[in-house]
Amino acid sequence: MVKEIERAGLPVVHMCTVTPISMTVGANRIVPTIAIPHPLGNPALTHEEEYALRKKLVSRALEALTTEVKDQTIFEVK
Amino acid sequence: MSYRVVHYINQFFAQIGGEEMAHVAPELRKGFVGPGMAFNQAWKGEAEIVATVVCGDSYFAEHEKDAKAQILAWVKEQKPDLFIAGPAFNAGRYGYACANICKTVEDELHIPVLTGMYEENPGADLKDKVLIVATTNSAAGMRKAAPTMAALALKLMKGEQLGASCEEGYMPNGIRRNFFEKERGSQRAVKMLLNKLAGKPFVTEYPMPSFDRVAPNPAVKDLSKATIALCTSGGIVPKGNPDHIESSSASHYGEYCIKGVNDLTAETYETAHGGYDPVYANEDPDRVLPVDVMREFEREGRIGKLHDYFYTTVGNGTAVASAKAFAAEYAKKLLAAGVDAVIMTST
Repeated sequence: MVKEIERAGLPVVHMCTVTPISMTVGANRIVPTIAIPHPLGNPALTHEEEYALRKKLVSRALEALTTEVKDQTIFEVK
Repeated sequence: MSYRVVHYINQFFAQIGGEEMAHVAPELRKGFVGPGMAFNQAWKGEAEIVATVVCGDSYFAEHEKDAKAQILAWVKEQKPDLFIAGPAFNAGRYGYACANICKTVEDELHIPVLTGMYEENPGADLKDKVLIVATTNSAAGMRKAAPTMAALALKLMKGEQLGASCEEGYMPNGIRRNFFEKERGSQRAVKMLLNKLAGKPFVTEYPMPSFDRVAPNPAVKDLSKATIALCTSGGIVPKGNPDHIESSSASHYGEYCIKGVNDLTAETYETAHGGYDPVYANEDPDRVLPVDVMREFEREGRIGKLHDYFYTTVGNGTAVASAKAFAAEYAKKLLAAGVDAVIMTST
């Protein structure tokens, strides 16, 4: 699906946990996430901590969208 | 009496010349020419090349219709038991000519055909329609290619059942052949693993399908003016799954308005996905589709706007062709709605 969105002309960032699959399917901007059942959260944290974590991940995704890339690129979350 | 074979080669292998002679029109010669000798030797009298068609690669490419008609007429006259072309290795136009003339002969004269080339040769696009032996990318591989092609050709002429592509050396053509492996699966798997660990070559028995690539689009210039849309394969839907998106092998996608929605909650949204433990996503669907933080970024002015609609489906066992069709369709809607970029989340 990422590829079809890209093909349509829209920059797209793929946020997912299993980044090798994302690479295989051909996503160009990739942000690794936490876990398969909760990519953008972590139930072990408090609500506030979890929100902060999600904000950090999505913020990284926005950075990816504003970064020019030539090839498939994984944007690690610091 | 031996089987009759007609061989097709290009101007280079007929020693007429290289690129400067690629324009030459087809001609018919008696007996074998050039690489045909290797086939004749391998057949040991069981089959023989009775005639060779020589054609310039550019001529075939530029006058495909005429070339095919002329060659077809000649091949018909020879009443061969098999038509063989090449091998073309990695020569693009030659490979294209070999595969296409083979297909024409097979379709029109209903005799078995065979060619050979490197797997990345553009002619290999026809591998599902024409039997093509995989060769190396240069003519140095002739010594290996000739016996493989010759053996396969003989089987075809005798009307014998072909084995699997990995046994016979032809490119996989999508047709399954059953056979018994000498070693059981666990032994093969362990051997494969040991080779992998040792950095040695190994051949997978379940290759990943090859996927095409799309070049990345330019980055978003000014995020503060951009409309960003959220999409997911994680199956987030309004509570109750109003469009009945299947928990696996989804047949459709959902389009849902989130105008005025600041937070996805357990009361309002859930996941339809049957391929992961839904507990966490159902407790707080923002864990899959981060509407809450996107709203904060919108309020802060970091992004211009969160798009009013999100697009969702279940990626669990869903066919690539279906996913492709879903996204191709909703990407058009996103473009029409003036969306500048997309965040896709997957579980």
